[in-house]
Amino acid sequence: MFGSGRKAVKAVDDVDFAFHEGEIISIVGESGSGKTTIARMIMGLLPETIGEVYYKSQRRILKNHQQKREYWKDIQAIFQDPFSSFNQFFRVEKLLQDCLDLKGVSLTKTEAFQRKKAACEYVNLKYEELYNKYPFELSGGQMQRLMIARIFALHPRVLIADEPTSMIDACSRSTILDMLLNLHDTERMTIVFITHDLGLAYYVSDTIYIMEKGKFVEKGTADDVILNPQHKYTKQLLADVPKLHEEWNLDTTVLSLADD
Amino acid sequence: MSVKNLKTFYKTRLQERVYAVDDVSIELHEGQIIGIAGESGCGKSTLALSLLGYYFPPLNYESGSIVIDGQEIISMSHEEKRKRILGEKIAYIPQAAMNALNPTLRIINFVHDIIKQHKPDMSNKDISDMAAQRFEQVNLPRRVLKAYPNELSGGMKQRTVIAISTILNPKILIADEPSSALDVTSQKVVIAMLRDMMDKGFIKGMYFITHELPLLRHISDDIVIMYAGELCEKGTVEQVIFDPRHPYSKALMGSIIVPEEGMKAHNLYAIPGAPPNLKSVPPGCRFADRCRFAEEKCVKNIDRVPMVILPEGREYRCRHSEAELNDMFSKDFAQF
Repeated sequence: MFGSGRKAVKAVDDVDFAFHEGEIISIVGESGSGKTTIARMIMGLLPETIGEVYYKSQRRILKNHQQKREYWKDIQAIFQDPFSSFNQFFRVEKLLQDCLDLKGVSLTKTEAFQRKKAACEYVNLKYEELYNKYPFELSGGQMQRLMIARIFALHPRVLIADEPTSMIDACSRSTILDMLLNLHDTERMTIVFITHDLGLAYYVSDTIYIMEKGKFVEKGTADDVILNPQHKYTKQLLADVPKLHEEWNLDTTVLSLADD
Repeated sequence: MSVKNLKTFYKTRLQERVYAVDDVSIELHEGQIIGIAGESGCGKSTLALSLLGYYFPPLNYESGSIVIDGQEIISMSHEEKRKRILGEKIAYIPQAAMNALNPTLRIINFVHDIIKQHKPDMSNKDISDMAAQRFEQVNLPRRVLKAYPNELSGGMKQRTVIAISTILNPKILIADEPSSALDVTSQKVVIAMLRDMMDKGFIKGMYFITHELPLLRHISDDIVIMYAGELCEKGTVEQVIFDPRHPYSKALMGSIIVPEEGMKAHNLYAIPGAPPNLKSVPPGCRFADRCRFAEEKCVKNIDRVPMVILPEGREYRCRHSEAELNDMFSKDFAQF
């Protein structure tokens, strides 16, 4: 809930959901439906007004920095805009070093170097060329991949991917998804996709939640939700996506939305 | 409108020439919508700008011709182009145009700006009436004219931009990613509006630039695929999307994701690497280093790959013959 008293806005209203190790879930909704608020609450970046978050069957308590650090070893996120995801004053080397530091294991210099190099190699970046660069010296694609390299270095148990592909073209999207799904397969990483792209949600996830105005209006397995939607809102969202084989009905929209 | 062998380049501060549009020929007929697709950095947006025929630094013209209604426009002076071509014959909506609206002006002011350029004699009242009439025709509420840009939603702003830029009934509209920044519902409304304007005859033809192929499937008649400044395939929607010839188009189609039955089983294909830097495009086939079907002849031969024109009117730029390509695709690509 944002604000207070009569100005309070319920961004996320009475939402229950659970996911398990190794599962991929998607939360789908339009802009302003509260998707990102959920993501932030799972991350512990926003406090919940009412309700609880349980992690590993225990109520999550994030009162001090120590607890947050512990929690963030396991739960990490990538965001839609790679340009604003890095501290502009740190070189690539330092950015990756921070990930290793967060994990808290002591490494010798060579070990740390090896790890950082491996992380870059995983996403087809050359660490030797990049370690001395600042984020603004990288291209958009390189930054996007560096974000995933960071995830690789951190090995979180849960990854929150908030619109990871909404700013890139279909080709780079496939590359990014490939890398993320690979991490999921090899590390049994749990991934929560926050997206407005129904196609993406259908392709990657086991379970899909459809969100409208802060509430889940439909949830189920990917096949159930996409191929056999029940709720009006899900149906409308699906109808708005241009598809390859089905016709796309343009006539009805003009009239109904003329006065938004 | 007919474009022949158009070649334009950006001049960098180091005086290098970056050819972002290299020998492009496209023909647009009345009532036709041509979709232009390709990865980021392939020259789509530069092509859009180049089609205008109005060049300003760092974009420069090198060769080729643009003919609209039998009239060659490149040789015209800037002054003449502004008066008689831009806005009247051909209108251009740049990417993210809706973010370029001056937040301190009401929408009606933008309309005044445009019309004053072309019809200096028109009275303010006439202009307002004309704008109101047009907004009504495209299902935009009248109150939008009095509003400031920040009072409108994203979809609404984009529709307003389209309505303003086509107020003089240009023959041709060049729309660069008009719906990419919007969510699916607003996107659909914008597309519906463009379609409606074609039907009502406010515009006679359109270039639609996007990287979303499923969208092109529904809106355009023909599709051209661009790679590294060149056209690499040209054909109807059906031909290019469901039966592409060029390995690059084929790979692009392999990366489409739609919420449709069968999608989950479909193998997503990611093209390795990134498009070449246009400062130094590889000689010969520009796609060869990323192409999974590249053979010796693709790498060794450093002449420009010619467009192959097939009898059914479609074209593609590849050294492999149609039969070879068919054979390779059937062996190697998971069909969707």
